[in-house]
Amino acid sequence: MPSREAIIDAPASEAAAAQHHASHPGTSNLGDRLFNSTLWILGAMILVVAGLIVLNLAVAARPLAKDHSLWGFITETQWDPVEDRFGALTFLYGTLVTSMVSLILAVPVAIGLSLFITQFAPPKLGRVLTMPVELLAAIPSVVYGLWGLFIVVPWLRASVEPWLGKHLGWIPLFQGPPIGLGYLASSMILAVMILPTIVAVSVEVMKTTPEATREAALALGATKWEAVMMTVIPYSRAGIVGAVLLGLGRALGETMAVTMVIGNSPQISASLFAAGYSLPAVIANEFAEATSSVHVAALAGLGLILFATTFLLNAGARVLVNAVQRGPRRVSG
Amino acid sequence: MSPAPAVQIMPPEKPVPMVSAPQQQPPLAPEPETPFKVEVQDLNVYFRANHAIRHVTLGVKPQTVLAVIGPSGCGKSTFIRALNRMHDLVPGARVEGRVFVDGEDLYARGIDPVLLRRRVGMVFQRPNPFPTMSIYENVAAGLTLNGIGGNHAEIVEHCLRQAALWDEVKDRLRHAGTSLSGGQQQRLCIARALAVEPEVLLMDEPASALDPIATAKIEELIHELKEKYTIVIVTHSMQQAARVSDNTAFFYLGELIEMGPTAQIFTNPRERRTEDYVTGKFG
Repeated sequence: MPSREAIIDAPASEAAAAQHHASHPGTSNLGDRLFNSTLWILGAMILVVAGLIVLNLAVAARPLAKDHSLWGFITETQWDPVEDRFGALTFLYGTLVTSMVSLILAVPVAIGLSLFITQFAPPKLGRVLTMPVELLAAIPSVVYGLWGLFIVVPWLRASVEPWLGKHLGWIPLFQGPPIGLGYLASSMILAVMILPTIVAVSVEVMKTTPEATREAALALGATKWEAVMMTVIPYSRAGIVGAVLLGLGRALGETMAVTMVIGNSPQISASLFAAGYSLPAVIANEFAEATSSVHVAALAGLGLILFATTFLLNAGARVLVNAVQRGPRRVSG
Repeated sequence: MSPAPAVQIMPPEKPVPMVSAPQQQPPLAPEPETPFKVEVQDLNVYFRANHAIRHVTLGVKPQTVLAVIGPSGCGKSTFIRALNRMHDLVPGARVEGRVFVDGEDLYARGIDPVLLRRRVGMVFQRPNPFPTMSIYENVAAGLTLNGIGGNHAEIVEHCLRQAALWDEVKDRLRHAGTSLSGGQQQRLCIARALAVEPEVLLMDEPASALDPIATAKIEELIHELKEKYTIVIVTHSMQQAARVSDNTAFFYLGELIEMGPTAQIFTNPRERRTEDYVTGKFG
């Protein structure tokens, strides 16, 4: 029906453009300049705050530099506050493994759910479905931790891990005694925690796919599924990656829930069943008890590493997306 | 807009509709010598409580162009979208009645709308090339989709030539379809629709977003496509209907008021409302 087109027909947009032009006659307007500079200041504040955080952490980590090199700190696996030996690798490993496994668990579910909500479910059901998903985001992480401790961990120990060990035990990931607490438990909790973030953003992105292109695919004889794969997925690819990155950010930094179920044991193990440790967990656990200045500095150093990890992963993913996006969309006539 | 619509002043007594009321005449029996390519019997479309298309019955002969005209909101687009079951996907839409293509009822049980839409192609009001695909991929999209083998490059070239676009894009087939101008994009969409070799081509105001030169090209194209395809075109412009079509159907408020040879509709309509519309008294 023509009504949708009527909203954005040419004369209206021209009129809007003219109005836009009239209200911006250069920068001579005082109110305009004031507004403009306020926005500049607010924008700059973000960079200033981020910079100050890094700076403060770096200053706090200074004492560590006396007998630890940066590279040594990152690659050292020992963590012994009594002997003043500090290495971040076990914690970095735990953080990366739990985050990655949680993404592997959550992303397919999240994308499937988003597609169902936006493309396949009847509109009413789609709206109803988004509510519990958004509710998941509102649950405090300590509650997730309790749920993990009392429900997920016993279940993993009694059912899932023995089953995985029996059938997929030839893969190093699924070897060892089924403890329950550990990488797998943390990953599962994290997967549930990041799901609403990924779904919420993906749904918004998928909704922006122009209906006209979907109809074009259907008119060519595409099934509903094919039309989605031809139009919705390529169109919203960049946005979905952005959603996954938001989820990853949350998984990397999650402290409380992970602390409660990862087992808090500073060791590196190939098996997902094993107990481990993560960067935020060790900072939260040891900060109150850290007495020597070197210990405090080491914890600040872990904070810096966490910060850098998040930053590098985000930047790397952005570069990757830009490379993938260089399809025909970027080429102009 | 200034003269009040003549229709409203008209007495409520209903003039005998020529084609739109099947209960008053025997159903159109397909004549053996020239069977209809597309035949519509007592078609009704509802959007929830809104009865958008009312008891429309008409037929289109093969290799002819039917223009559908009428004021905005009269159901032209709704009608044409019923011909390839695009309403299936609109929540709340309901279609009653029968639409035959080559004697096969599209709305019968067991008809797969996906297979049907390959036989009945569609060009939309606004050019809608796939934004993430190149020019080449846009045309080849339907081939890949329907598992049509053969030399895709050849088919793409052939369709782009048919759509009178080849010379303009042959050196940049790998560029984005959306990098073309509006008129070129619409011809790209026509090429894309032709690639799956439909039997019927539906065009929903294909030139409404285009400038006069691009419009002229599309109209020329319709003349050429008529040799092979049966075309139903919705148009806003009565001049366009007069230029491209063999027959014209005039819709008003969801009803088919009158249908006949284009020359007759424009020079000697039987219905008062048709005359008022084509002479510009309302619409």
